[in-house]
Amino acid sequence: MFRYIVRRLLQMILTFFGATFVVFALMFANQDDPIQALAGEKPVSDSLREALTERYHLDEGLLGQYWYYMTNLLTGDLGESISGRDISALLESSWPVTVQLSFMALVLAAGLALAAGVWSAIRRGGIFDNGVLAFTLLLLALPIVVLAPVAQWIFGMELGWFPATASRNASFYALLLPAIVLATTVVATQLRVTRTSVVENLRADYVRTARAKGLAPRRIIWVHVLRNSLIPFITLIGVDLGVLMSGALVTEEVFNIPGVGSKLAQGIRTEDGPMVVGFVSVLVIVFLVMNLVVDLLYAALDPRIRYE
Amino acid sequence: MSDPTTAMVDSRPRGLAGDAWNDLRRSKIFWTSSVLVFLILLMAFFPTLFTSADPTDCALSRQHDGPSGGALFGYDFQGCDVLARTVHGAGNSIQVGLVSTLLAGLIGLCFGMAAGYFGGAVDAVLSRGIDIVLGIPFLLGAVVFSGRLSGAGDDGVTAVTLTLGLLTWTSAARVMRSSVVAAKNQDYVAAARMLGASPARLMFRHILPNAIAPFIVVMALLLGANIAAEATLSYLRVGLKGEAISWGLQIADAQKHARAAAAPLVWPSVFLAATVLAFIMLGDAIRDAFDPKLR
Repeated sequence: MFRYIVRRLLQMILTFFGATFVVFALMFANQDDPIQALAGEKPVSDSLREALTERYHLDEGLLGQYWYYMTNLLTGDLGESISGRDISALLESSWPVTVQLSFMALVLAAGLALAAGVWSAIRRGGIFDNGVLAFTLLLLALPIVVLAPVAQWIFGMELGWFPATASRNASFYALLLPAIVLATTVVATQLRVTRTSVVENLRADYVRTARAKGLAPRRIIWVHVLRNSLIPFITLIGVDLGVLMSGALVTEEVFNIPGVGSKLAQGIRTEDGPMVVGFVSVLVIVFLVMNLVVDLLYAALDPRIRYE
Repeated sequence: MSDPTTAMVDSRPRGLAGDAWNDLRRSKIFWTSSVLVFLILLMAFFPTLFTSADPTDCALSRQHDGPSGGALFGYDFQGCDVLARTVHGAGNSIQVGLVSTLLAGLIGLCFGMAAGYFGGAVDAVLSRGIDIVLGIPFLLGAVVFSGRLSGAGDDGVTAVTLTLGLLTWTSAARVMRSSVVAAKNQDYVAAARMLGASPARLMFRHILPNAIAPFIVVMALLLGANIAAEATLSYLRVGLKGEAISWGLQIADAQKHARAAAAPLVWPSVFLAATVLAFIMLGDAIRDAFDPKLR
């Protein structure tokens, strides 16, 4: 187990520097003249130019700037946005609602996927199974950019069942519709993976053994089969976190939720480079750490992974 | 890819593609999605077959007017014909989707083939490259890429296409890598190598045809996903912009006025969902045909 953890950590560190460098380089490479861009039309005096170059290490080249940026980032200093606001503070004020939204979506999706996935695997080929497959196909085909505005219009405005927008200290109820919308981005794949792996496991030798020794069918399915079927499901959750982050960007924008996603969208619209890179870097770190946790969980569940 | 005549003559041994085609011919999902895809392509290349109205002819005096003989779906906030704009939006969607998927496929094919065939250090380096791209959640990477690549005055088509191509090739590469690894240890490859075939001939003549099936499935699914991604980026204002017509832009504009008029929101949504559904169904049908194990 120890060797596995070390190997995964090394891989993660490499991926982390690679991914953040790509984002950083794209945002700041071949900028025409950042100092002039900051000043707008006004002429910039030589002394001011010198001071700013010094302050932002503009004469250090891309790798040098990246180095300064990363040391600041890892000590929790994300710098200032173009409009002069502290990016760490922006992030701090916006993350709780995003975490709440994503967590609700993940729980909703996982609960539905596991229950419906196991049920349709047991009744493979039946009406329920076919209905579930058609439903997942429909969900896969409905991009969140369609689902979110249409759900907001139908359930938030026409029927009035849910609030159409949510505020910073949103209640569980106000976030329910956005969370359902966000859950649809991941539930279809989760359900299909659960179904496929339960179907495969039901054919396994250990299930036959369990049946032969007279275990109750319920115990075979919910203890023996489900534990083994959870392995691909948990790996998928690592990937899903990235999908949820992408989905939160659109969902928060549609439902006007003041979370990380809508702040980021705002940064994109105002072409606020430092803010976009800061937010994306932090989200990349969160994504990689969560994936590491998922991988360790995965190894804990399945001994074969550890001794690979 | 497949030749229908070989599939129908039973005396000749059928290949993987022949078998798959034989299955596909009998699949209802395949034919339904093919008809839909055909209609969408027709709309993309010949929009005037579906509407004679000019999508750029907008007049505020017609704002949110209901459906009429001249404009079946009514008019949007700017007083543009919703049907005309929706139909003309198919062109950009399909163009961005097709080109970006081909680009992603090409990158994925090269990465996957090289990593799978050479193995060892090459594989390690290329796989870490894949890991790095996968380490960036898709939409987050896309907003940075797309915002950076597009110039001030252009319509964003090139920027979005490049962005999607450069960020979505990883699944194709992974699938290609694993099927090449599986194919290269087969006896027929060893036999060809003993007969003195060059690495290039081994790769393209013997391994590639036998390893390409899962790759094709991924490409079909990716096409649907990329079309949806284009609309999402346009919705967030980092995709198509300015004068360009896009379903994502239409949805973004109409969402603000959904209370006053729902048609401008509903129709582009329906067209976008139908397009994505068509390609995903096609991918699903092809996968079932190539992988009978799952049924």
